[in-house]
Amino acid sequence: MVTLVIKRIGFMIFTMIIVSLILFLLLETELTGDPAARVLGQFSNEEQRELWREQHGYNQPVMVRYVKWLGNFATGDLGESIRFKGPVADVMLPRLWNTAILGFWTFAIMIPLSLTLGVLSGMREGSMLDRSISVFGILTTSVPEFASAVFFSALFVFGLKWLPGTSSMSGGFEFRQLILPVMVLVVYDFGYVARMTRASMAEVMTSQYIRTAVLKGLPYKSVIVKHALRNALIAPFTVIMLQINWLLSGVIVVEFFFAYKGFGALILEASLNNDIALLEACAMVAVFVAVATQTLADIGYTFLNPRIRFS
Amino acid sequence: MNDDQAPVLICKDLSISYYTRAGEIPAVVDFSLTVLPGETIGIVGESGCGKSTVAMAIMQYMGANGGIKSGSITFKDRDLNQMSESELRRIRGSEIAMIYQEPFASLNPSLKISTQLMEVPLAHEKISTEEARQRALQMLSDVKLPDPERIMDSYPHQLSGGQQQRVVIAMGLLSNPSLLLLDEPTTALDVTVEAGIVKLVADISKKFGTSQIYISHNLGLILETCDRVFVMYSGEVVEEGTIDSLFTWPRHPYTHGLFACIPLPTADKNAAPLKPIRGQLPLPFERPQGCYYHPRCDHFKPGLCDQEHISMAHVEGSAADHRVRCLRYNEIDHHLQTPDGEVKKALELGEQVLEVDHMKKYYEVRDTSLRALISGKRVRYVKANEELNFSAREGETVAIVGESGCGKSTFAKVLMGLEKGTDGEVRHRDKDLSDIAVRDRSAKQIGSLQMVFQNPFDTLNPSHSIGGQISRVIKKFGVEKDKKKIFDRVMTLLDTVKLPRDFYFRKPRQLSGGQKQRIGIARAFAGNPSMVIADEPVSALDVSVAAAVTELLMDIQREQKTTLLFISHDLSVVRYLSDRIVVMYLGHILERGTTEQIFTPPYSPYTEALLSAVPIADPEVTKREIVLEGNLPSAMNPPKGCPFCTRCHRRIGDICDNEPPPEQVVVDRHVIKCHIPLEELKKVEPVIHVPDESERLHARH
Repeated sequence: MVTLVIKRIGFMIFTMIIVSLILFLLLETELTGDPAARVLGQFSNEEQRELWREQHGYNQPVMVRYVKWLGNFATGDLGESIRFKGPVADVMLPRLWNTAILGFWTFAIMIPLSLTLGVLSGMREGSMLDRSISVFGILTTSVPEFASAVFFSALFVFGLKWLPGTSSMSGGFEFRQLILPVMVLVVYDFGYVARMTRASMAEVMTSQYIRTAVLKGLPYKSVIVKHALRNALIAPFTVIMLQINWLLSGVIVVEFFFAYKGFGALILEASLNNDIALLEACAMVAVFVAVATQTLADIGYTFLNPRIRFS
Repeated sequence: MNDDQAPVLICKDLSISYYTRAGEIPAVVDFSLTVLPGETIGIVGESGCGKSTVAMAIMQYMGANGGIKSGSITFKDRDLNQMSESELRRIRGSEIAMIYQEPFASLNPSLKISTQLMEVPLAHEKISTEEARQRALQMLSDVKLPDPERIMDSYPHQLSGGQQQRVVIAMGLLSNPSLLLLDEPTTALDVTVEAGIVKLVADISKKFGTSQIYISHNLGLILETCDRVFVMYSGEVVEEGTIDSLFTWPRHPYTHGLFACIPLPTADKNAAPLKPIRGQLPLPFERPQGCYYHPRCDHFKPGLCDQEHISMAHVEGSAADHRVRCLRYNEIDHHLQTPDGEVKKALELGEQVLEVDHMKKYYEVRDTSLRALISGKRVRYVKANEELNFSAREGETVAIVGESGCGKSTFAKVLMGLEKGTDGEVRHRDKDLSDIAVRDRSAKQIGSLQMVFQNPFDTLNPSHSIGGQISRVIKKFGVEKDKKKIFDRVMTLLDTVKLPRDFYFRKPRQLSGGQKQRIGIARAFAGNPSMVIADEPVSALDVSVAAAVTELLMDIQREQKTTLLFISHDLSVVRYLSDRIVVMYLGHILERGTTEQIFTPPYSPYTEALLSAVPIADPEVTKREIVLEGNLPSAMNPPKGCPFCTRCHRRIGDICDNEPPPEQVVVDRHVIKCHIPLEELKKVEPVIHVPDESERLHARH
């Protein structure tokens, strides 16, 4: 187990280094065009660009620059954002925090809801409940976020006038502003996780060891809780871990729609404005989260599944 | 078995149906059964005959679409059909317990054995966890598992198949049930392991007085375990009686047919070929009028057998309650029927085709744990094949027998070029093939060395037609080029494997298991092979189907003078069809010789144990009982000396543990690897004793 954790973490660091190298080659070298031109804009002249390169150390050999760049990153010096005129860390951290809040509430509602309903429908395959959940799940998952965002806004903001239409939190954090984005995300993602859970649970319920448990004369509750659940949750667990990445950088549409100042929107802004330092930092954070969740998923998976743990 | 004791279970006029979109499918009809305390009942029949359905009905676990249509199941004066879910729960696991076919699938993979065992008494009795634990430990040692503490702390995947089945049996016995249902409990296990489980099951009924219903397709196993036997065919019982009565004087033509399908230790492929039952088991909704068996019966009388549904009748003159569902049982004289004098000519052996010369196959295993990294032992070897030496001639059938993990499939892989040999040579027609991977072999080489696989269900591509799949093989091997000729060749092959020609256009899903295996054989013979490797070709098939496929294989071999390498764990089939036998254990050949030499002393001690483990469906044949203790050692860490020393019943001392045994030549090609001097081995009594024809109660077959 310890070996596994060490190995996974080692692998994680290795992945991060590879990604950072790719990132560096793409953004900081001549491979994809002159970085100076990218920063100073297309109307700058060669003299200005040369001056900029000199100032920022771009005339040093590539490997030296990479090592320095990596060193700065590792020590927390993320550079200056041109777009926001300030240190990258100061721009990025509040955005990360906002996304964390959004993600937390989405998860807090979506996970218990989809797991419970998925397990319930998987328990009795083909029942009324199962079929309604399946239909509802397909329906909500196939409606894209921008459509459901429009629909919910029309209903709750303009129709019923219950909720604010934007979530910019300009007057400080307000929970009411969080409801609509969370609702859109939960509705979109719920069907996916619930259907995964349902499929996994249904498979477990037809397995022979469940038959053994029933024919041992165990109470139904014990058959489900003790014998079925743990095995049924192995597959959805991986899926749930993958949702974290999606919430971090994949919910740009929702963030833009509700003017929510989240991380996904920040990445988009950074790339639209050629804000290289900010883009690099954001990309590294996104990659880190992706690799970390996968590592966690792998370790958690091993923990849930003794067949892997002891082989 | 005391007759005045109240029966444990009575099934009366039971009919069970499944309800599907196509309508009602009767799975079991008119089934009656009485189980007395301490009695073991056997239910035997081929797949689809409804034997497992009966067990599930007794458990009242029919799934969503199954139901008991009529009749009653009375367990200790209580009608199980009328019970509520909670009443059933109190009976399941405590008074009626069940043991399943696949022990691995029936244990929860993510719970420890201790949890799975202890919950049984905890659910049914008011006892403390500590008491439940003690009881589980006691039961584990009762089912003869070594080191119960360690087993308790293990997960199912850490145990071997035999150990898992013992755990399941222990689980069934924990609450001391009055009735134990065993649904093919040994089908997934090796012969020697099977022998141990069978002995355990027999001991249990003695020790705990548990009544048992033992479901199996293997008549030999039923003979060894049961008191009374029920033979089922297409959803109904066709014959029932005590073991002695039914096995000595079978009355129903189907029972006779079944016996004719199993190779007996006296039988030989040339003198008395197997007689498969013609036709196929009817599907439940295609059952014929009158006797369900009549379309396949040799004694069918039109106007009598195909009229009304036939009921069970007491066999006149039988002392025990022997009953049969046949109108003509009295008229049929089975003695006159057999033998019909069919004798097939033995094939003359030609030149040497295959020579295996000191072949070795090691697999490298890389250990990635930290400990291995530190100690420097990163690469370890699995010695799958160690010093294999044997040869095969043209037209000869050589069988390789041994338990799973003995390396017999590894050898097949090296021969086929799917793996490369580590050392030594495998010469096919004087050319060493052990180093040439299959993709480097010429089409002719591949075509002349073909394989028939164990599981016909997975080996055919489900989305191509049968004809397409065989044509492709013919084209690839360059046997024929012209389209018309290829088509003709496929037709000839279909004729050879005795399938209708219109199967050319069928898809695999439209075929039964036996038909698929015939296609597998046709495919293997498409390239005119000089040698065919058959890896357990009939072990996934039913008795009567297996007999037909075995005979087919033999006929084609006779015709084409093919060398057949037959890989199997079933010694009775091996005895029946092979000329020479190679006995393997843990990668070593422990004995090799002709069939006659292997089956008579001197034996290697392992051969002796294997022979003892074969269930024989003949009550007059007696066997010496040798039950092997323990598990097969890991091939990663084999014993230093003789590979068999950890389980050997004839171990003579430290020499067995420390020195590899020498090869002792008995006569020409009969070789035994053992430390025991040949003189000693020659004194060993034969394991199987077959009475002379004159001593027999009746002459069979």
